[in-house]
Amino acid sequence: MPSYAFKLNGKNVKVDAPADMPLLWVLRDLLGVTGPKYGCGVGVCRACTCHVNGSAVQVCTLTAADVVGKSVTTIEGLAPSGGLHPVQQAWLEEDVAQCGFCQPGQIMQAAALLKSKRNPSDADIDQIMNVCRCGTYCRIRKAIKRAASM
Amino acid sequence: MRTHASEDAVTSEDMGNGGPLTRRRFLTYVVAAPVLTVAATSVGDLIAPSRAYAVVPSPPQPENIADLGEVMVAATKAAQHLFVLEVTVDNRVVFRVPRAEVGQGITTALAIVVADEIDARLVDVDAPLEDARQDIGTAQSTGGSSSVRSLWDPVRSIAADARARLVTAAAEKWDLPARDLTTRDTKVWAPDGRSATYGSLTEAAAKVTVPAVSTDPKSASEYRLIGTATTRIDARSIVTGAAKYALDLDVPGALPTVVIRPPTLKGKVKSYDASAALKLPGVVAVTQLPSGVAVSAKTFDQALKARSAVQVSWGSGTVDGVSDADIKSRLAAAIPPMTPAPPLTQGVDATFTFAFVNHAPMEVGSAVADVQSGSAEIWVASKSPTGAQSAVADAVGLEADDVTLHVVRAGGSFGRRIYYEPAVEAARVSKAIGKPVKLMWTRNDDMRHGRVRPRSHHQLRAVHAGGEVLTYEHRASCVELDMGSGTGQALVDAGYVSPTIGSAFFNISEACPYNFGVVTETLNEVSYDMPTAAWRSVYSAQARTAEEILVDEIAKALGTDPVAMRRKFLKTADARAVLDKVATEGKWGRSMSSGTAQGVALHAEYRSIAACLVEINCNGDKPRITKAVMALDVGRQVNPSGLRAQAMGSLMDGISTVLLAGNHLDDGAFREGSYSDFKYARQADAPLTCDVYLVGGTGKPGGVGELCVPAAAGAVANAYARATGDKPRNFPINF
Repeated sequence: MPSYAFKLNGKNVKVDAPADMPLLWVLRDLLGVTGPKYGCGVGVCRACTCHVNGSAVQVCTLTAADVVGKSVTTIEGLAPSGGLHPVQQAWLEEDVAQCGFCQPGQIMQAAALLKSKRNPSDADIDQIMNVCRCGTYCRIRKAIKRAASM
Repeated sequence: MRTHASEDAVTSEDMGNGGPLTRRRFLTYVVAAPVLTVAATSVGDLIAPSRAYAVVPSPPQPENIADLGEVMVAATKAAQHLFVLEVTVDNRVVFRVPRAEVGQGITTALAIVVADEIDARLVDVDAPLEDARQDIGTAQSTGGSSSVRSLWDPVRSIAADARARLVTAAAEKWDLPARDLTTRDTKVWAPDGRSATYGSLTEAAAKVTVPAVSTDPKSASEYRLIGTATTRIDARSIVTGAAKYALDLDVPGALPTVVIRPPTLKGKVKSYDASAALKLPGVVAVTQLPSGVAVSAKTFDQALKARSAVQVSWGSGTVDGVSDADIKSRLAAAIPPMTPAPPLTQGVDATFTFAFVNHAPMEVGSAVADVQSGSAEIWVASKSPTGAQSAVADAVGLEADDVTLHVVRAGGSFGRRIYYEPAVEAARVSKAIGKPVKLMWTRNDDMRHGRVRPRSHHQLRAVHAGGEVLTYEHRASCVELDMGSGTGQALVDAGYVSPTIGSAFFNISEACPYNFGVVTETLNEVSYDMPTAAWRSVYSAQARTAEEILVDEIAKALGTDPVAMRRKFLKTADARAVLDKVATEGKWGRSMSSGTAQGVALHAEYRSIAACLVEINCNGDKPRITKAVMALDVGRQVNPSGLRAQAMGSLMDGISTVLLAGNHLDDGAFREGSYSDFKYARQADAPLTCDVYLVGGTGKPGGVGELCVPAAAGAVANAYARATGDKPRNFPINF
């Protein structure tokens, strides 16, 4: 079985995995990182959104080979240990979450958006395709704007 | 055991119309335990269903007398030791919540009630979900937007009793009069400034036989937290990824398991050959189930990939050959003839259809099971934990009491988690292979084999003359709704059985909020062996949405504005106040450009009222709700932030089910397979602003979780009609 080395939440990891194993299952089943959620497995619900080298990606559509030598950040690694990223803080202040299942993905998506655009417009926020079945979209929009002003 | 009675504040006035209600008293008592543990049970009949339904009054309609929430309150009354509050030596106030947390925020709401009543800091209160308890039965079910309604009185009673015992213990410790002591911040305080934590007093408080101060709950004027917008108590664990759902739990050795499911609904396995699959890396076992063939492996990736290596020969399903068109015809044929309009009157007629809709919770069906000889342990997000416990026991040949079932937080429900197929499947596999398993439905499984809101058909007629509505008739039919679990079972237990549970449920949930003369509302269910389940707002999601669309069309026939029309015909001043709030805040009637419009609708249920005003833009590629204003009168507001969240979520359900999202049945199978073709609203479908106003706020809490769906759906449909000039009839519109 091939072995892959990458950085996960700031730490170097090496994992033996089948070449075609989706990164989502590498993270969840082999590395025990459960923040990224399975919601569809085909990149449309985006509940598994993480960062690879700072960009938002759906780890259900990548393999470990795709991230060799790169830096993978899950919700667990978004903020320094024990602290909160401004997006997480804004999420608390707007009381965004309901069931919470999609929120790690939503937060990772929002954090990546804010990294590329300091003050995203409503049209920019409309481009976010992450599904929230509880319908927290209005508070997500407010939280992104709040985080932008932090 | 020492009892101490505290009278609660239920009056028949709270329920309206002098319904069959008696006053209740909650008996609180100390459970024999080394630390303070107080339980409660209520005595006295809340409702008497057999008497209530011997005659169906009109008006009022049955829902006006006793709705599902009252049934749930009544069902819980017999559940001794259900509501248990413990104060630990490390100063935690623990209330084990006998309900499911599916995102609706009840753990936060109940923690607020406990903290306020016992005078604890909210951060010192824990609200874990209670394991399944057979002694409780259906009273542990979550449904009917009844959780806070049914727990409001007992939780306050328990917490007030506990507080009195803690004060008494401190008075004895300090040798001071108990009446001179105060409580705040999870401590008892003496006039000289001394304080003692509840944790330091709990062992002494457990020995208090007669509290020296009142055990009555606070008056509303003393609330500190109740009524204050509060972020969810689990928000931090959610935003950091620490919150654990069933498949995130670390159950040692639990094997990832998926199920190969039939090509059509409820198809059966004729035979299968797993020999090739068993040779694949990581594959541990292949197990036949009533619902398909399960593959267990060391990772989900291995289990998912091995599915295609299993050769399965499938038998027919239960609705093979049946498609939407067939069901539409049967539903239309199930509508009885409408009453002809009398001479010198005019009728407004409309027929509406609503497609099947999957619940599509973000977290797919999942469960962890560890079945051993003589016992089993299950982890599942279930709204019907005792039903799940019994079903698991039956499936693996155990007694229910031998099954420990942990209720795990759910990644959404919307009605889906009333049922618990994943738990039963996981238990069967675990028993068969002798190992713990974690079983997951794929999104395809969930979309194609998961339960759905039944397709429905609605024929409506209003007869008017001289500007008055003389009669209103609503004949509905739908694919039979499976009510055999959770709150549906609670209805059966309460004696509602004839002719179907669905029609009984329809009767106690549907009520026209307008003075439309003689009101007739009926439901005929058409039986198909399909996986259905109550969907947020149950029948009201379609029936009251249809009615709100008709109200706009009656207004047009009468030459009246939709808000003025509703103001004139609404039965209650409270409903008018809610309507007026959205009309004012939403600037009803403001000038709108071509292709854009406002729409309004109202809904009253669960002893609460909601109104919604939206603005729509139909000029783009697809309609977009651009703005929403909602107003709610939910009685006592426990957590305004949570209430607003429920309203906003329901708005997205209204947008989705009216404009976007449904499921096609093609030849015995559902067409949609994921969120790519099941078009539930995303960010670009949500309004740019959504303001939720809370009005009223006195008395007891009403139900909220499902309240706003019909108002939102009605407002969206009415806005669409006004913007386009179309008369929307079949939903979702873009199907």
